Formats: sequence, C-alpha cells, structure tokens
Amino acid sequence: MSPTGAEVIRKIRSQVEEVDPSEVREHLGNGVVLVDVRESEEWDAGHIPGAKHVPRGYLESRIEGAVADRDQRVVVYCASGQRSALAANTLREQLGYGNVASMNGGITLWKDRGYDVEVPKSLTKEQRERYSRHLLVPEIGLEGQTKLLEAKVLLLGAGGLGSPTALYLAAAGVGTLGIVDDDEVDLSNLQRQVIHTTDRIGVPKVDSAEESIKAINPGVDVRKYQVRLYASNIMEIIEGYDVIVDGVDNFPTRYLLNDATVRLGIPVVSASILGFDGQLSVFAPHEGPCYRCLYPVPPPADMAPSCGANGVLGVLPGTMGLLQATEVIKLVTGAGEPLIGRLLLYEALGATFTELKVRRDPECAICSKDPSEISDDELGVFPDYEAFCAAAG
Amino acid sequence: MATVKIPPVLRPSVGGEKEVQAAGEDVGAVLHSLAEQHPDTQSQLFSGEGQLNRYVNVYLNDEDVRVLDGLQTSVSESDTLVILPAMAGG
Repeated sequence: MSPTGAEVIRKIRSQVEEVDPSEVREHLGNGVVLVDVRESEEWDAGHIPGAKHVPRGYLESRIEGAVADRDQRVVVYCASGQRSALAANTLREQLGYGNVASMNGGITLWKDRGYDVEVPKSLTKEQRERYSRHLLVPEIGLEGQTKLLEAKVLLLGAGGLGSPTALYLAAAGVGTLGIVDDDEVDLSNLQRQVIHTTDRIGVPKVDSAEESIKAINPGVDVRKYQVRLYASNIMEIIEGYDVIVDGVDNFPTRYLLNDATVRLGIPVVSASILGFDGQLSVFAPHEGPCYRCLYPVPPPADMAPSCGANGVLGVLPGTMGLLQATEVIKLVTGAGEPLIGRLLLYEALGATFTELKVRRDPECAICSKDPSEISDDELGVFPDYEAFCAAAG
Repeated sequence: MATVKIPPVLRPSVGGEKEVQAAGEDVGAVLHSLAEQHPDTQSQLFSGEGQLNRYVNVYLNDEDVRVLDGLQTSVSESDTLVILPAMAGG
C-alpha cells in the first residue's frame, strides 16, 4: 500500500536537519544563506530580513541564482516548517547542496518569538498597471517608483513652468505635491498654463491645479499654499520637502528661496523663461553652486523684464518645465547625472541648446557659510534690495 | 573676430541680432568693441566707472570669466563669448 502524504512528510522531516529559529537568528549574517520557499504573496506579507526568496515551485530552476556555492550553509524556511523540510530534502538529495537545514516552526514560530520581520514595499495591482512603463525601465524600476511614491516635491508657482511640471510629476507618481501660488486663473494665462482650464478662470490656481492633478492621478497627496513666500513664512512651508521646483516670476522670491533651501539643504530645480529663451539648472546645496554663486546680484528692472511685460512663447514653459520635471525624477530616483554645476540655455527660434559651467563661489554670501549661521534677517536679502523691489513695484 | 551671443534683453540694442562679431585681444576689449558698435549696450554692460556690471555674467565658451582672468582673459578668433544676465520669468 502506498504511504499517505503525511507519512512521506514525516519520513522526510526525520531525515532532514531541523534547526530552531533562535539558532537561525543567532547565525544570521555569519555565512548562512536563509532561503524563503513560500509563495510570492506570503513573502510580500513579511519575511525574515536578509532572506532570499525562491518559491518552492521554482526551487530547481532558481536556487543557483540565490546560492551558487553548493557547500554553503543554507537554512530554508516556510510558514510552519513543512514545505521547507521538503525543499531542504530536494536541495540535498537532488541538487547536491551538502549543508542544508530546515527551520522548525517556520516564520510563524519566528514571529511568535517576537523576532524581526521585514515587510517589503509593494505596489497595488492598480499601481503596477499605472506605472508599468516605469517598472520596465531599469533606471526606474520598482525601487525608483517606490522612491517617487514616497517623494515630497514642492512646486513654487502653478504658472507657465509649474503647470507642465505638476502634471507630469503627478502622472509619474510623485506621492506628495505641494503647490505655492497666491494667484487666480486668468484668461491670459491659458496660452501656456496648461494645468488650468477656461471654466476655471477666477479660481485660485492652487485649487485649479489640484483638480487637474487629481484627475490624472488621484493617488497624489496635494498640499496647497495660497500665499506669497516671505522670509516670515518660507521656512515652515518648505521644510520637509525633498526637492523644490522653482518656477517663480520674480527675483526677490528666487533669492529668498535660494537662501532658505541652502539653510535646509534642499535641492532646487530652477528654470526661468523669457520670449523664446529658457535657462535651467539644479542647485544642490553644498554639493554644487547655489543661485547666488551664479547670480550674485539681480539685474535692474529694465534688464529683467517679466513675461507679463515682454511676452513668452506659450510652448516655451512647457519645454523648460518638462526639463525641470525630468531633473526632479532624476534627483528622487538617483538615475543619471543631474544638472548640478551646469546651466542649460535653450533658444527656441534657433533650436539651440548651450551648456555653461557654474562654479561654486568660495566667497558666496550664503552657501560659503555653515547653514546654521544663515540668519532669518539674511534670507532673500541682496544689495539694493529695497530699491529693487520699489522699482519692480 | 570672436562671436558674442546676445541675451534677449540686449537684442534690441544690437538691432535684434542673437549673435554679433566683435574684435579684441581679451574679454574686456571684445565687450568694449561691442559697446562701440552698439552704444546702447554700454550702460547695460558697464558701470559708470567702466567696470563690468555685477549682474552680467560673461562666459568664454562654457567657462565663467570670473574663474578665468576676468576682463583680462585672452580671446581668440574661434572663441564664443556668452553674455548672460539672470532671468526671472516663470
């Protein structure tokens, strides 16, 4: 008469070396490879830190990828110790692994003892589908997408530059998007500020932007700041953000932002536009130059016209804003070489890009100092500040 | 003669050109030659004392002349000078 399944398991377990979770824990990291042979859903719900995952159904085809050396000490575990005993038996008898044990009681007993369990970050089914084209790119993948989902990015301005940046960062799955803008949607904005719509004229830009962001990706946490930035409120608004996108339309705020971000060590992806020309750079405090290293003082008002006064090609902020969004994603995921210490100039009529080097200024009024020495009184101040602001209205 | 790239705000002062040619042995001479050809650029580039205005960045090819020899940086025929004031539009 053939033996029952239970009898086979019992017999195999009697022939396999079984070890107690306390012993496994003691030897973790000491040349022991721990292999979890459960199914993917069980692994995703929590596993022993440092373990490798080889589902029992794939044991023969995948074990060599996890444990190349057949003389290596291997401890196999499952939920209760049964599947792992069978897997240990296969490893020893059929695959030639000479030093294999099964963990008695499995991860259930391990947890009962109060030992550490690691729960891997995993995407929901909807997220796996939504971000599938990112998951296919090795430079982003699950790790990069997880970083994007956990990232907090603050957009200064929901205008020309902020509109495309916000839309694409929302689509890319940036988890938290803060938006600072005290303005309302105006008909003259709609030639370029594509996050807003004709039926939202008169609506605060932060509300209009939130509506578009939620429409493309309801998973994004939108934080709205319908204020202007001043030295008195900037620190509390920007603190806690991982990256800031500067698309503001005036110099005082650009200097203020620079000084506050240098103090807090937050990288800024900065762009500016006028007519058919755009500029772009990434200012990573203390790693590269800051905005003041590049521009120690702002030009006088007659040399710094605004888009409102001089006009801008509607597509241009789209081009520059998307280059900003790209730099944000690179900073968050660590992919590629960010535009730190380089200034990119784009001239749309000639369709030319020019790259210039930007050096740290050892004498820089702000970033040459220890961040803790940058006082509240210095934030956003530059020579002739009052005259400048009076001239700028 | 070196090529000088003109930023948008200075283009009305040079007849709308994006690039102009200007002669000179060094950066200062090229810029003064530019200002002679196009007098409206004089006050935008230089202070009353003849110093380059602090808000005007000048690059020889891709390098800021502040980290080279400033206005005394040598310029050859094949070089390009980029005049770059800050822009704030967003």
